[in-house]
Amino acid sequence: QGTRYDQERLLRKSCTLYVGNLSFYTTEEQIHELFGKSGDIKKVIMGLDKVKKTACGFCFVEYYARADAENAMRYINGTRLDDRIIRTDWDAGFKEGRQYGRGRSGGQVRDEYRQDYDAGRGGYGKTVQCQ
Amino acid sequence: AGQPHKRRRTSEPSEIEERLESLICRVGEKSNSSLESNLEGLAGVLEADLPNYKSKILRILCTVARLLPEKLTVYTTLVGLLNARNYNFGGEFVEAMIRQLKECLKVNMYNEAVHLVRFLSDLVNCHVIAAPSMVAMFENFVSVTQEEDVPQVRCDWYMFAFLSSLPWVGKELYEKKDAEMDRLLSQTESYLKRRQKIHVPMLQVWTADKPHPQEEYLDCLWSQIQKLKKDRWQERHILRPYLAFDSILCEALQHNLPPFTPPPHTEDSVYPMPRVIFRMFDYTDDPEGPVMPGSHSVERFVIEENLHCIIKSHWKERKTCAAQLLSYPGNNKIPLNYHIVEVIFAELFQLPSPPHIEVMYTTLLIELCKLQPGSLPQVLAQATEMLYMRLDTMNTTCVDRFINWFSHHLSNFQFRWSWEDWSDCLTQDLEKPKPKFVREVLEKCMRLSYHQRIIDIVPASFSVLSPANPVCIYKYGDESNRSLPGYTVALCLTIAIKNKASNDEIFSILKDVPNPNQDDDDDEGFTFNPLKIEVFVQTLLHLAAKSFSHSFSALAKFHEVFKTLAESDEGKLHVLRVVYEVWKNHPQMIAVLVDKMIRTQIVDCAAVANWIFSSELAHDFTRFYIWEILHSTIRKMNKHVLKIHKELEETKARLARQHKRRDSDDDDDDDDRSSDREDGPLEEQIERLQEKVESAQSEQKNLFLVIFQRFIMLLTEHLVRCETGGIDVFTPWYKSCIERLQQIFLQHHQIIQQYMVTLENLLFTAELDHHILAVFQQFCALQA
Repeated sequence: QGTRYDQERLLRKSCTLYVGNLSFYTTEEQIHELFGKSGDIKKVIMGLDKVKKTACGFCFVEYYARADAENAMRYINGTRLDDRIIRTDWDAGFKEGRQYGRGRSGGQVRDEYRQDYDAGRGGYGKTVQCQ
Repeated sequence: AGQPHKRRRTSEPSEIEERLESLICRVGEKSNSSLESNLEGLAGVLEADLPNYKSKILRILCTVARLLPEKLTVYTTLVGLLNARNYNFGGEFVEAMIRQLKECLKVNMYNEAVHLVRFLSDLVNCHVIAAPSMVAMFENFVSVTQEEDVPQVRCDWYMFAFLSSLPWVGKELYEKKDAEMDRLLSQTESYLKRRQKIHVPMLQVWTADKPHPQEEYLDCLWSQIQKLKKDRWQERHILRPYLAFDSILCEALQHNLPPFTPPPHTEDSVYPMPRVIFRMFDYTDDPEGPVMPGSHSVERFVIEENLHCIIKSHWKERKTCAAQLLSYPGNNKIPLNYHIVEVIFAELFQLPSPPHIEVMYTTLLIELCKLQPGSLPQVLAQATEMLYMRLDTMNTTCVDRFINWFSHHLSNFQFRWSWEDWSDCLTQDLEKPKPKFVREVLEKCMRLSYHQRIIDIVPASFSVLSPANPVCIYKYGDESNRSLPGYTVALCLTIAIKNKASNDEIFSILKDVPNPNQDDDDDEGFTFNPLKIEVFVQTLLHLAAKSFSHSFSALAKFHEVFKTLAESDEGKLHVLRVVYEVWKNHPQMIAVLVDKMIRTQIVDCAAVANWIFSSELAHDFTRFYIWEILHSTIRKMNKHVLKIHKELEETKARLARQHKRRDSDDDDDDDDRSSDREDGPLEEQIERLQEKVESAQSEQKNLFLVIFQRFIMLLTEHLVRCETGGIDVFTPWYKSCIERLQQIFLQHHQIIQQYMVTLENLLFTAELDHHILAVFQQFCALQA
């Protein structure tokens, strides 16, 4: 219960957003341009495949001011980047190691079991690919 | 929230209060029953709850009057019904509203105060307030124009509050007190004739009067009221639920407004800025649909007011905002989509600044397109086309916003656009507004995607406007450059950095670089050596070119080297020059590097300002990214000053609290001693922070002075050249430059107000060319 309370408090004060459903080809520069529309960005940390160390479709965006992150949640969440609807969520804060995908193959968990074909995210899900 | 607290008794009162608030806020929204029956029902519920929840109900009603002006007549009707049932409650409500109005005026909440005044005036229609007492209040408002030595913007507000209530209550007031109203209107006319309008050109979106003049807001409103009077105050657009209850309401006893004295002008009073009314559509733009009310019709005013109010109420929730806009009543009688698009662009292009963050408007328009896919995208395309056609006379700041909006919008729709329709711009000089606009849009589109995508989406003929491939230019990269001074050192550096050299190792490699500025090496220190800077910065940026993160890491790792090389002002300027040379194809990279270098104090804000006005950057001077960098730099400076100021205030507050603790009856010796020990450091801290604040404020002032000085030099040079050469002053470059100067004033007007005396005495003196002086005079007129 204590950790959940701490977690909620961190989220409420956070200036960091998790950004999901990115294309593997989306660059830090594109993310900076789009998310810069809601305020000055402190840092962008690209999500990486743990094995290949290449982009695996998510990132963290940290702002200097919480208000700017709030505006990103209001106006950038649910719009398109590289023709894909991206999703943002509050993040408790980046810690070393969190930039890696936690799927068994090295990418994100959602790409392990995905059944559909997504050209921007390596094609079929990993499990499907191995079949 | 989240704090553990005593378990609240699940008391009925708080539940009932929440229910009351919900009922009141939601009345008037889509419902199965008619509005009239909902209002009647709600009035009954509230009347029953008055004995126990009167103050809560009063508070909620006052709040909705202030914050939900788009539902004005719904709530005035509700109050009217309550007054009819309970005369005392009506009186208390009016008193509470007057108190709220006075409070708003005292704390400079003028926009909300207008809503309160309008609410009070509509209460005349609901037989809550007696018409003569309302006229008396308006007489006091209009008499503010007779006050001496007050800012014009103060008189403007009281005039606006009076005039903008007349669409709602003009008819009733004129019927009851026509002589008094005629007198007020004639006083209004003479005020409007004599008030100065020097500020207007600075606030206009277009400099041309065709096809629609950009009118000053009071002038436009006055025309609308005059027309309303000519139409015998017949107003047919406003929804008036109270009409259905006329038989009940006319039986009610009315209250007299207490005499209202406008609070006097003080030094702390900050009145709203004047505005220009943005118009881009008229009835000819939608020949198939319902007729758009004319620009001087009161219907146009009411529709625009209500749409602006809806955006103000719901801007934080784009989906709700879009839905609320589209459910504005009168959909089949007015071309609602056109009104919505016009109102949104009015806000987006508003000078000095939009009421809300720019990106909100982009996503709001996208939501609207989603909700009306068969009609809204076409109106938006039509609007885009019209804006493009009028680029030649559009204010540069507004063009910036158009560029940002259009490129971001396109990125959500696969960059689909009929570019060929704009091929007329290909035959024009690239510095002209239309080709410039397309270039900047394509550059922004590239930033949101990638270079090849942009090449693919435009016709081949547009390649002359396509952005450069954003690659880095490394002057020591090719073997053929080995004759360049510093080439061998660059190679050494490259190897060293790749082998994870330390700052010290870098310093020792750089020691071998000769200083082209000096004949002898009599100083062993690191004075300004442009070649050292060139070799180091070129090499490092080239090695770190892969991404922003790589470059930021490089800046961080070799921060010490940067600080030393860029210690002098010339050093800072040269670093910026080299950054530009390396990354001139990638303006976005230049911007983020400059930002990082300011934040890590490798360069300071004044260096960036001087660099922007330097001759090396003259070629890019009118490009959008340069001004983004300058304004971002100014904003960083402003935020820095605010931050230190806040620290100072917080430390002062801590000291005050400590003194209070110490002065209170406390015999505990230990406490006294420990707080004494703490006092010393706190007071020292405050002294240090005070110095920091003063030095930051001085740096901030200096930044603005540098910028203004450079503008004056640049513009004067151009004006003199044109005069002696006998050529027309008004080139595209000149228009851009003078509007960029205006933009500095407008975007940072609050800070710049502090420097008026210095600016007047030092820079914007009477000897200055009148073209440049006019900008300063327009700025002075904004809050005069």
